Amino acid sequence: MASKTLYDKLWDAHLVKQQDDGSCLIYIDRHLLHEVTSPQAFEGLRIAGRKPWRIDTNLATPDHNVPTTFNERAIGVDGIEDPVSKIQVVTLGDNCDEFGITEFKMQDERQGIVHVVGPEQGATLPGMTVVCGDSHTATHGAMGALAHGIGTSEVEHVLATQCLIQKKSQNMLVRVDGDLGEGITSKDVVLAIIGVIGTAGGTGYAIEFGGKVFEDMTMEGRMTVCNMAIEAGARVGMVAVDQTTIDYVEGRPFSPKGENWDLAVAAWQDLHSDADAEFDHVVVLDGAAIAPQVTWGTSPEMVLPVFANVPNPAKEKDDVKASGITRALEYMGLVADQAITDIHLDRVFIGSCTNSRIEDLRAAAAVVEGHQVAKTLKQALVVPGSGLVKAQAEAEGLHTIFTDAGLEWREPGCSMCLAMNADKLGAGEHCASTSNRNFEGRQGFGGRTHLVSPAMAAAAAIAGHFVDVRTFNL
Amino acid sequence: MQAFTQLTGITAPLDRANVDTDMIIPKQFLKSIKRSGFGPNLFDELRYLDEGQPDQDSSKRPINPNFVLNFPRYKGAKILLARDNFGCGSSREHAPWALLDFGISCIIAPSFADIFYNNCFKNGVLPITLLNEQIDQLFADTQATSGFELTVDLKDGVISGSSAGDIAFSIDSFRRHCLLNGLDDIGLTLEQTSSIQRYEQKRRQQAPWLFAD
Repeated sequence: MASKTLYDKLWDAHLVKQQDDGSCLIYIDRHLLHEVTSPQAFEGLRIAGRKPWRIDTNLATPDHNVPTTFNERAIGVDGIEDPVSKIQVVTLGDNCDEFGITEFKMQDERQGIVHVVGPEQGATLPGMTVVCGDSHTATHGAMGALAHGIGTSEVEHVLATQCLIQKKSQNMLVRVDGDLGEGITSKDVVLAIIGVIGTAGGTGYAIEFGGKVFEDMTMEGRMTVCNMAIEAGARVGMVAVDQTTIDYVEGRPFSPKGENWDLAVAAWQDLHSDADAEFDHVVVLDGAAIAPQVTWGTSPEMVLPVFANVPNPAKEKDDVKASGITRALEYMGLVADQAITDIHLDRVFIGSCTNSRIEDLRAAAAVVEGHQVAKTLKQALVVPGSGLVKAQAEAEGLHTIFTDAGLEWREPGCSMCLAMNADKLGAGEHCASTSNRNFEGRQGFGGRTHLVSPAMAAAAAIAGHFVDVRTFNL
Repeated sequence: MQAFTQLTGITAPLDRANVDTDMIIPKQFLKSIKRSGFGPNLFDELRYLDEGQPDQDSSKRPINPNFVLNFPRYKGAKILLARDNFGCGSSREHAPWALLDFGISCIIAPSFADIFYNNCFKNGVLPITLLNEQIDQLFADTQATSGFELTVDLKDGVISGSSAGDIAFSIDSFRRHCLLNGLDDIGLTLEQTSSIQRYEQKRRQQAPWLFAD
């Protein structure tokens, strides 16, 4: 038998039919839904008189525009002040009720960011195909699943048929060898990768992250890395299943139990690329060479180590790139060759589907403990990824570490990652953010986003500007 | 879905790489639960000088005179000329909905982001990939002639109107077929119901833990 990559195996196991023209029908095991990209899909089903194909594969939760303040959340959806946001959250609830889909509603402790909730519940498992109307669905590839974002028409297609019409991607291996230095996190690893392959480098590929760095990484770290595969252009990011994966999955509410657990674990042993599998493209990085990363521009590929200076367009030979740098510096309010550590911050955001899990909150708390947020900062937000993450953090006393240091402790949701709720940047404000996109206006009209790890965001909150977290407390 | 066969229209050049879907339609407009009405907010942050709000009358807002779609010579554009990695970022299908609602149903670029590319075909929008040299030529054409028009023929796979002559392009045969005929994907897939059911039976044997009921 020909050797296969992990992606080949997952693809072949879900191939329902290959048409003569090469297009493939792929079966979907898990469909996650949220309030922003689903209303038009449900409406489409209703207009066509169609029913969901298989109800039990669907799981929904509102996340993108739920408020995160305690007061707005205290009385449920009636407390949502923005009437337009409220309509979307209510519409998701109505649609799930009408079609019989399980939903963790806003007041449910299990509610949260859909990409935090799925793995946390064991609703996304190794070997599954997982889709959601959200580009950060690649997060679930950390489980050894084939997971990717889809548009609203495809949300409707999955609801109606349990399948998607797909064309197979090419295989890319991103291998990070060796050991990470002290204070270097999964976020620094993925930002460094995007810096090397570029924001379109993964277009048309499914990326498998391999090598010692990922073998040593926790499941939450792997989720952070796979989450940002789309920021390198790849819809799919994934990591092979190992004992770390199986230990993480065991005992979660939706995970298999009893005899099914044993069958599942036996089947999952094959969820890795064969030793001699061939990839269409291989990128290799040295883990020891990765420093804490900070994005300076308006695309995730505009990233540098914290001790670097922002680029100078006059030194760039490619005209399209040079004009891109000029435009980014202007939008970001930076001057060529300025030191990254001289970027002063207005706000700090710790949260999002990239970095709002318990390990992220522990890392940030460890940095701020015993310090005070810089007086020059307008706001520092900590937004846990789910109600269960919030409860766990509170059980560990992390929330008081944050509030004692002057950070705000919020209710779970997507929050300032995309500013669909009230949490947003003002025009011209600089934000150290643990989210995933630094696009123009992403966190608010005219807002300036710098992507960093939770520890780097925490250190920046205390200093008021970027600092190297490795030397911060010395 | 609306079929796409042939289109002739003014071609507007958007000369920047990595145009993301947040730029195409900013997040505050995603709160709509409809598929239509996004046109006035296409490229909102580039097109207007103020911050747009949902349900606002955009005809009264201050226009950014430096944004290409506001130039009189590109008024009524139906074709957008773009650079690398067009449509990157968020999977929001509101991006092709906004383009279509504005009147643009064809985008020509050296490369597209995967999810956006896929979403276009679900909505009767044709994304065409050409070589960088061909794209540069078309950019030059739009500069040289006010009201420059192209004709895109999907059936023959040809773009005509460029000063450099006809340009051939190719589209995956299944997508081309669906677009030419305005076919509904879901209807096509439901014709495969027995294949899907056979797959489910086999899968239920192999991976019973995936079938909770």
